[in-house]
Amino acid sequence: MIEFHLDSSSGVPTYAQLVQQVHQALQLGMLEPGDRLPTAVQVVSSLAINPNTVLKAYRDLEREGLVRARPGLGTFVVGQLPRTDPAAQAKFRKSMASWLRSARDAGLTADEIEAIYHTTFRDAFGVEGVA
Amino acid sequence: MSAAIETTGLGKRYGRRWALSDCTLSIPDGRVVGLVGPNGAGKSTLLHLAVGLLAPDAGSISVLGGAPASTPEQLQRVGFLAQESPTYARMTVAQHLRMGQWLNPTWDAEFAASRIDELGLDPAQRSGTLSGGQRAQLALTLAVAKRPELLILDEPVAALDPLARWEFLQTLMTVVATQGVGVVLSSHLIADLERACDYLVVVVGGRVALTGEVDELLASHHRLTGARRDSVRVPADQTVITESHAEKQTTLLVRTDKPIIDPAWTVSSLSLDDLVLAYMRQARGDRPAKNAGLAVAR
Repeated sequence: MIEFHLDSSSGVPTYAQLVQQVHQALQLGMLEPGDRLPTAVQVVSSLAINPNTVLKAYRDLEREGLVRARPGLGTFVVGQLPRTDPAAQAKFRKSMASWLRSARDAGLTADEIEAIYHTTFRDAFGVEGVA
Repeated sequence: MSAAIETTGLGKRYGRRWALSDCTLSIPDGRVVGLVGPNGAGKSTLLHLAVGLLAPDAGSISVLGGAPASTPEQLQRVGFLAQESPTYARMTVAQHLRMGQWLNPTWDAEFAASRIDELGLDPAQRSGTLSGGQRAQLALTLAVAKRPELLILDEPVAALDPLARWEFLQTLMTVVATQGVGVVLSSHLIADLERACDYLVVVVGGRVALTGEVDELLASHHRLTGARRDSVRVPADQTVITESHAEKQTTLLVRTDKPIIDPAWTVSSLSLDDLVLAYMRQARGDRPAKNAGLAVAR
């Protein structure tokens, strides 16, 4: 069983935060097929959020084929996400560190580097409708 | 499905001043609806009209399809919590529950007793000596134990400290999840509304400035920032809600269901706070809305 938490300053809608946390738990192996998600009432009483928000998140996860609701029993994990490969993580962290160093050596400030990162990230993933 | 609250041309006058005038709105049932607006927008007046504590001077109002407080059944269907959660200061917690049982044919004594127990309240304590948070919880317990179909709460958490506010909303949300009761609550605290409400109604000057599903409202509004443009043109599927111009920068708040593809704008999401403030300003007339495709000469 996992426990949800909320970051109210992230700007990410609450239901999307719940979906994200299930994704992460699956990627990290904290949730596996057969595991039960907390019931809507449990999530509502631990986070003081609207029950429809929890149901919406669970519906999204069900549409993705990751969980299935069994009436009267609860919502269970039925799918898996590819686990993040620790070696790949390490590799990209290393190449990013060297990219950051070369940007700094080229005279860019931390703020400038962050702005470049955010714009490029948005362009690559189409976040916020910017294709 | 009948609306929780439906009004047509509703008005209420105190002496010569109209607290609410020409108010026409429909608040859906079975949801947790946040009613927001500046002070003096008529929120409390509207809620008092909905429970029959006030009678309209103009127009009409129906609640769950019936006239407010018109029959014993109608009274039973609606639970009301007034501002500051009033209780009888000299009566004990247990006496409040007994009174609730006397006055309400559908009283759920089991729920009331277990709530008081969970809250750790002493049944023998007079309500006047309870903390603000405990008194609010007692008042909420009374309103819920009569098993209404609709709970109407007027600024229920405004006077509470952050922990008491959180606990109050936790109780309320758990009740919604387990009993399927509809809720209409007014509040200034938009961060709380963002968590608790799935539907929003913004009232300014007795009129509805914005209404809709919270998630849809957040998904369809964006802040665009870019180099200053004296004449703002947006595609036909976008509506400008507010615009502001600094020396070198233009900031727009737009509503659209389509992706924003103009690369000259940096697009960011909005908090519910930003959204509500923008519509309050717009409704007050600070910056009139510019319609889609309209050029704005400055």
